[in-house]
Amino acid sequence: MIDTYVPNGSSFAGDIDHVILVITAITGFWFFLAEAVLFYLIIKYGEQEGVRAKYVAGEDPKEKRWVAWPHYITLLFDIYIIFAAISVWQDVKQTMPQADETVRVIAQQWAWTFVHPGADGKLDTPDDIRVVDELHVVKGKTYHFELQSRDVLHSFSIPIFRLKQDIIPGRTVRGWFKPTLTGGYDIQCTEICGIGHGIMPARIIVETPEDHAAWVLALTPTQAAITPSEQPTQLGGMP
Amino acid sequence: MSSSAFPRPIATTRSATGISTGKLAVWWLIASEIVIFGGVLGSYIMHRIGHPEWASQAEHTNTWLGAFNTIVLLSSSLSAVLAHNAAEMKDGKKAAKFLWFTILGAATFLVVKSFEWTHEINAGLTITSHTFWSFYYTAAGIHGLHVLVGGIIMAVIAVDAAKGKDLQRVEAVGLYWHFVDIVWIFLFPLLYISK
Amino acid sequence: MSSTATDTAHGDGHGHDAHAPSGWDDPHGHGGHGAHDAHGHAEPHWLIKYFWSTDHKIIGMQYLFTGMFMALIGGFAVYVFRMQLAFPGMSVPFYGRVTATDYNALVTTHGSVMIFWVAMPVLIAALGNYLIPLMIGCDDMVFPRLNRLSYQLFLISAIVLIYSFFVDGGAFGGAWTAYPPLSAKAEYNLTPTGAPLWLFAVALEFAAFLLGGINFVTTVMNSRAKGMKMFDVPIVVWMIIIASILFMASVGPLIAGAVMLMFDQTIGTGFFDPNKGGDPVLWQHLFWFFGHPEVYVVLLPAMGIVAEVITTFSRKKLFAYKSVLYTAVGTGGLSFFVWAHHQFIAGIDPRMANIFSVTTLLISIPVAEMVFVYIATLFGGSIRLTTPMLWALAFIAEFLLGGVTGIFLGASGADIYFHDTYFVIAHFHYTFFPIAFIASFAALTYWFPKMFGRYMNDTWGKVHFWISIISFNCIFIPLFLLGARGDHRRIYDYTHFPDLMKSGMQDLRILATLSLVVLLVTQVIFLVNFFYSMVKGKKAEQNPWKANTLEWQCPSPPPHGNFPDGLPTVHRGPYEFSHPDRQEDYWPQNAS
Repeated sequence: MIDTYVPNGSSFAGDIDHVILVITAITGFWFFLAEAVLFYLIIKYGEQEGVRAKYVAGEDPKEKRWVAWPHYITLLFDIYIIFAAISVWQDVKQTMPQADETVRVIAQQWAWTFVHPGADGKLDTPDDIRVVDELHVVKGKTYHFELQSRDVLHSFSIPIFRLKQDIIPGRTVRGWFKPTLTGGYDIQCTEICGIGHGIMPARIIVETPEDHAAWVLALTPTQAAITPSEQPTQLGGMP
Repeated sequence: MSSSAFPRPIATTRSATGISTGKLAVWWLIASEIVIFGGVLGSYIMHRIGHPEWASQAEHTNTWLGAFNTIVLLSSSLSAVLAHNAAEMKDGKKAAKFLWFTILGAATFLVVKSFEWTHEINAGLTITSHTFWSFYYTAAGIHGLHVLVGGIIMAVIAVDAAKGKDLQRVEAVGLYWHFVDIVWIFLFPLLYISK
Repeated sequence: MSSTATDTAHGDGHGHDAHAPSGWDDPHGHGGHGAHDAHGHAEPHWLIKYFWSTDHKIIGMQYLFTGMFMALIGGFAVYVFRMQLAFPGMSVPFYGRVTATDYNALVTTHGSVMIFWVAMPVLIAALGNYLIPLMIGCDDMVFPRLNRLSYQLFLISAIVLIYSFFVDGGAFGGAWTAYPPLSAKAEYNLTPTGAPLWLFAVALEFAAFLLGGINFVTTVMNSRAKGMKMFDVPIVVWMIIIASILFMASVGPLIAGAVMLMFDQTIGTGFFDPNKGGDPVLWQHLFWFFGHPEVYVVLLPAMGIVAEVITTFSRKKLFAYKSVLYTAVGTGGLSFFVWAHHQFIAGIDPRMANIFSVTTLLISIPVAEMVFVYIATLFGGSIRLTTPMLWALAFIAEFLLGGVTGIFLGASGADIYFHDTYFVIAHFHYTFFPIAFIASFAALTYWFPKMFGRYMNDTWGKVHFWISIISFNCIFIPLFLLGARGDHRRIYDYTHFPDLMKSGMQDLRILATLSLVVLLVTQVIFLVNFFYSMVKGKKAEQNPWKANTLEWQCPSPPPHGNFPDGLPTVHRGPYEFSHPDRQEDYWPQNAS
C-alpha cells in the first residue's frame, strides 16, 4: 500500500507496511460499517407524521448487547493489532542485529554530518569520511547508526527505510538498518529544530559494493589526515 | 466588596453535598496543587536517581535550619487546628488569636528561609550554579510563595474572624495550611536529608 | 458527587453555610451584600454589565466572543502558511512573502491558539459558564467573582500572546509542544522575547482554567436544583465536570515544567539542558502527561453537546445514560496512562513503547463505546434534521475517521513510519476539528435561541454546514495521502525534498489549501448569520426545540437570576422523550 508511492527500501520496511495494511483493513471495515449503520438509521428513522419515537432506556442487557458485542469484537481486533505492531517494533527498535559497519550521524542547526568509517570499516580512525548532507551506504549490508546532536532535538528519518529516530543532544542514540534498494533518496529531519528546519534535507545514496568501494577510494586521503571526531558525553540511549 | 448591583446569588448558599462550598473548593485546589508539586518533585527525584553525584551539592544545605523550619511549620499547623476548634465553638476572638500564631509561624519560616538563602547565595550556590540548586531554589521557592500567600490570606481571615465574621473560612484556610505543611514534609528530606 | 444528600442541608452552623432545607431557595436568604432592594430593577452601567459582571451568562459570552476572535487569528495563521505550502515563495494576499521564521511562528500560533484559546474557552469555559447554572437549575456559579477573575486572566493571556507578535525577534516558533532545548535558549530559537511571552501566556491561561474548573466542579456538587440527583444531571454538564477534573489533575506537571522552562529561558538554569545535567526529554513527559488528557478535556464536552442535540432531535432517551458516564470516566482515567505514545521514537526506552501501545489501543474501547451509544440512540427515533442536528451527526461521522486513524499512530510499529508526518496532522484534525468546530457549531446553533431569544436562519445554517463539511474533508483527506507518502511536518518549503515533489504531491497540497480557503470564507456565512440573527432573527419562544433540560424552562434569553418564577425542582432525568405514559413527546425535568 505505502510502497505504491514510497519504495520499500530496507529489510524491515515490508514488515511495517504489512502492519499498516492490517490496520487499514481492520479499521477500514469498522469505519465503513459504523458509517453505514449511522446513515441507515438517519434515513430509516427520519421524522414521519404520526410516528412516535420508541422509548428505549438502553439499560436492559438485552438492549445493551447491541453496543456490547461490537465492543468485544473491537477488543479482539485491538489485541490482534497490538501483537502485530509490537512484534515489528521489537524487530526494528529493540533488537540490534550484528552490524557490518557503523555510521555516525551528527545533526546540528541546520545540517547533517555523516561520518563514514572509510576503508578500514572502523569509526574514529584517520580514514573516516565526513560528508555533509549525504550518506553513502551499501545495499545488503547491515548498518548500525549512532545519532548525535550538537544543539537541539532533531530526528533522523529515511522514509524509504520506514525509519525514524529522534536525536537528543547529550546522548548517543543507536539503531540499525539494512538497505535493500539502490539509488538516491531523501533523508528528513522530522523534529522541529528552529527556523531552518524546512531546509535541512539530506540524501542517502545506496550503492552496490563496487560503486561504494570506488567512492570510498576517491575520498580516502593519500596521507591519512587527522580527523578529530567529537565525542559528546554519553548519558544513555538505546540498549 | 461586590460591584454587582444584585444580591448574592442563591447558588452561593446551597450545599447539596452537605460540605461547605468554600471547603470543597479548597479540597479541589489542594488536588490541583498536589499535581503541581508532584511535577516538580517527580522531576527532581528522577534526576537525583540518575545523578548520584548531586549528593556532593546537597551537602551544602543546612539540615539544622531545615529541621527547625519543619518544627515551626508543624507547630503552626497545630495552632491552625486550634483556631478551627475555636471557630467551631463560635469563638471568633480565640480563632483569630490562634490564626495569628500560625501567621507568626509562617513569618518565622520565611525569615529563617531568607537567612539560609542569603548565606547560600553569598557562598556562590545560586540557582544557576548547578541543576541541584536550580531544583532547590525552584521547589523551595514555589513552596515559600505558598507560605507567603497562605500567611496573607490567614491575616485577612483573622481580622474578619475577630469580628465574628465568616468563621467557616477558618477551617478552609486551615486545610490549605496543612497542605503547605505536608509539602514541606516532602521537601525537607528530599532537599536537606538525602546527601 | 453525592447522590443522596441532595435535600439534606448542612446544619453545623457555620455562618453562610447554615441553612435549613426550608431556606433552600430563599432569594433573600443569607448574608447578601445589601443591595436586595435592587433585585432586578436597577440596571448597572452598561460597562459594568458587560465587562465587570459576575453573571455567569455574561462571563460565558465573554469567553465565547474572545474564543471566536481568537479563532479568526488561528484561521488567518493557517491561511497564510497553507498558501506558502501550496505556492512556495508567493506573496500571500493580505500578508506578503512568508519567511521561514514567519512560517514557524504561524504554525506555532495556529496550534496553540486553536487548542488553548479556542477549543478550551468555547467548549469548556463559554458553554460551561453559560449552561451549568441553567442546566442544574440555579441562578449563578458558587464563586461569581472568582469566575470573573478567571475570564480576566484568560483575556490577559490572549493579549500577551497577540502582543508577542510585535516584540523584537517576533513570536515564538518552536511548535505548540515547545520542546527544549529549542524553546529554552534564545540562541537556538532566535525569539528572545517571544518564547518567554508565549510560555507566560500559556501558563496564565492554565491558571484561568484552573480557577474556572474549581468553580464548575463545586457548583455542580453543591448547587444543583432541589431533587436533582447524580443521574439527573445532563450529560453535557457531566462531561464538562469530568473534563475540568481531568484538566486539574493533569495540568500540574506542565505548570511545574513551565516554571522550570521559564527559568531556563530567562535566568539560565539547566533543567532541560543536557550540558548542565538536565534532560530535554523530561519536558516531553511533563508536556504529554498533560497533553494527552487535554485531548479528552476538549473531547468530552463535545461528546456531551452531541448527546444533548441528538436526543432532542431524535426524540429519544439517551441509550444507556450510565454507560456513557462510566465510559467517560474510564476514558479520562485511562488517558493518564497513554502519554508516551507521542514519544515512541523520541529516545525513550523502547520497551516502554510496548506498554504505551497497549494502553493507547485500549482507550479505543471506551471511546468506541460512546460512539456506539450515540448511534444506538438514533435507533427507533423520530429524527429531525435541523442545523444543530446535522452538526451533531456530522460530529459522529467525522470523529469516527479521526478515531480509527489514531490506531495507526498508537500501534508502535506503524508509528515509526507515520510519526511527525502529515498523517498525524490529518488524524488529529479529524478529531480536533469535529471537537472544536463541528461540536461548537452544534452547540451554538442549538442554544442560540436560548442565548439571544431569537432563531438563526436555518437555510443559511444548512448552506454553511454543507460547504464547511465538504471543504473540511477536502483539506484533510489529501493530507492523509501526503502523510502516507512521506510529507513530514512543519516544513515551509517542500521543493528542497526531491522525493516529496513527485507527481501529484504538489497538486494534493494545492487542493488542501484551496479547500481551506473555501472553508475559511464559508465561516463568513456563519458570522453574518450569527450576528444578524442576534438582533434581527425570528423571535424564539422559551422552549423552541421541546427539550427537557432546565435551561429551556426559563425565558429566552434568561434574565439575571435565570428563573424569575423561582428556582426549579427536578422530578426526573434529562432525556425522558417519547415516554409512553405521556401525551407530549417530551417531559421537562421540572414538570410535575
